[in-house]
Amino acid sequence: MLTFLGKRLLQLIPTLFFVSVIIFSLQQLLPGDPALVMAGEERDPEVIEQIRRQYHLDQPLPVQYVYWVKGVLSGDLGESMRIKQPVLSLIREKLPVTIQLASLAIIIALVIGVGAGIVSAVKKDSIWDYVANGFALWGISTPNFWLGIMLIFLFSVKLGWLPASGYVPLLEDWRVSFASMIMPAFVLGNAIAAILMRHTRSAMLQVLESDYVRTARAKGLLERSVILKHAMRNALTPVITLGALEFGTLLSGAVLTEQIFTIPGFGKLIVDAVFNRDYAVVQGVVLVTATTYIALNLLADMAYILVNPRLRD
Amino acid sequence: MGDAALITGLAGATEDERVETPTARATRRLLRRKGAAFGLFVIALLVALALLAPLISPYDPNLQTWSAVRKAPSASHWFGTDDVGRDVLARVIYGARASLLAGVISVAIALFVGVPIGVISGYVGGFVDALFGRITDAVLACPFLILAIALAAFLGPSLGNAMIAIGITTTPIFIRLTRAQVMAVKVEDYVEAARAVGNPHWRIALVHILPNTLPALLVQATLSIAAAIIAEASLSFLGLGQQPPAPSWGSMLNSAQRFLVNAPWMAVWPGLAIFLAVLAFNLVGDGLRDALDPRSR
Repeated sequence: MLTFLGKRLLQLIPTLFFVSVIIFSLQQLLPGDPALVMAGEERDPEVIEQIRRQYHLDQPLPVQYVYWVKGVLSGDLGESMRIKQPVLSLIREKLPVTIQLASLAIIIALVIGVGAGIVSAVKKDSIWDYVANGFALWGISTPNFWLGIMLIFLFSVKLGWLPASGYVPLLEDWRVSFASMIMPAFVLGNAIAAILMRHTRSAMLQVLESDYVRTARAKGLLERSVILKHAMRNALTPVITLGALEFGTLLSGAVLTEQIFTIPGFGKLIVDAVFNRDYAVVQGVVLVTATTYIALNLLADMAYILVNPRLRD
Repeated sequence: MGDAALITGLAGATEDERVETPTARATRRLLRRKGAAFGLFVIALLVALALLAPLISPYDPNLQTWSAVRKAPSASHWFGTDDVGRDVLARVIYGARASLLAGVISVAIALFVGVPIGVISGYVGGFVDALFGRITDAVLACPFLILAIALAAFLGPSLGNAMIAIGITTTPIFIRLTRAQVMAVKVEDYVEAARAVGNPHWRIALVHILPNTLPALLVQATLSIAAAIIAEASLSFLGLGQQPPAPSWGSMLNSAQRFLVNAPWMAVWPGLAIFLAVLAFNLVGDGLRDALDPRSR
């Protein structure tokens, strides 16, 4: 376990290095003089010169990179050109909104995805199995921004049940907060539910054919307790770790969902930054998401070992 | 069993095998699946629409008619008209071009970059493999759409750059897949035999190993086209893909969102088109996976 963990941690160093190189190189893709682009509307040569010095653009690339990494390591992700606010504090401000949306989406995805997956595996080849598989295919094939628009049309425009947009913090008024979050959370959770359903189904099918499930049945246990206590517990382990890998899907989906429902979160931050040519914010968002993804992956690996005694050396 | 019987038995077996080539068998099994057959039909239809757009389309997709702004579907405009009086059906038909092109080209980029790296990584192993492995991890750590948005933002918004961005973010999947396939195949006896008779490494990799990775790559490529179509639509929806006034399903949905109350048909058709295209590629991909799986013969 310890050697494995040590190896995993050692692997992280080069991975993080390449992540930083990718994100740093993004600004090299900008056409023309980056100082000019960063200055935006500003054409004063003195301001441009100052930007050039501030971002060490007058130095060779490797030196620029070292300055950038030094800043990142000390928590300085640069400053938003447009709102004149440190990128890190902007991200801190927007992150709770996205976390609230994502958590609700994960709950919805787990309930629908795992539930449908178990039913379709237990009732393999029945009508329920076909319905669940159809649902999964629909979930993967529907663009979530279209689903969002259609739900707004149905529940906000036609029925007037739910607000079409906006965000209310959970602590301010939980009822209004929930009402404004449920539609975006469903839209976001839908695609992940489909993926979880497929994982759960194949894991359950595998477990249901195993010897210990046969033994449990042979002992005369109730079918319900065989499935819920014996089979499910083992089948869900890989599902949870595979679920952690869907973090990227979740965040990618959040970008679009927040755009449609005008939720002022992380995803809206990056899209707004793109249109305001606020490059430091774009880089900061990619950096924070990539680091979180790597950390989550590590946690998932560790959790997998902890619940799976056979892997503990 | 006597020698003669054995020989006849073997001859019989080879004759049975000769009835159907592996490709023919896979095609037959693919078409037997209703879902996959439906998917192929939809893809053929979309390709026909994209190629023959000027012949089929009832109107010029960019023709603005100010006397027919936001008109509901009718006999003259089957899918209705949009906020500047353009025919929605014409734009959906022409939009197939951007979506299919983006799907195919971005996956082609990913294959072109990913497969050689995967082959080298899997065949050579050691430090080279570890190096490419960590780079792949790094790209995979950046969420697909967020990296694509960042790339499209820094490269500048256009359909071409969106394809490059989607292609780059899709590449790691192909590196990993090719690498795993190559590593599984390179320990096979026939590869050992090819090495024993003195074939150079490049020949073993290209002639003996690569062809065996093709079925898995074909399945993944089909599924990746589906994902790439959604990605292009997403980028265009955000304004980072196809630029107006050129028609694309994603950007049509962007403008449709603002007129949801008065002109909901503007949102229905392009969304349905994306859904159908993505569904078709997913169905064919799933069908191919089953048809090419040697275990389910």
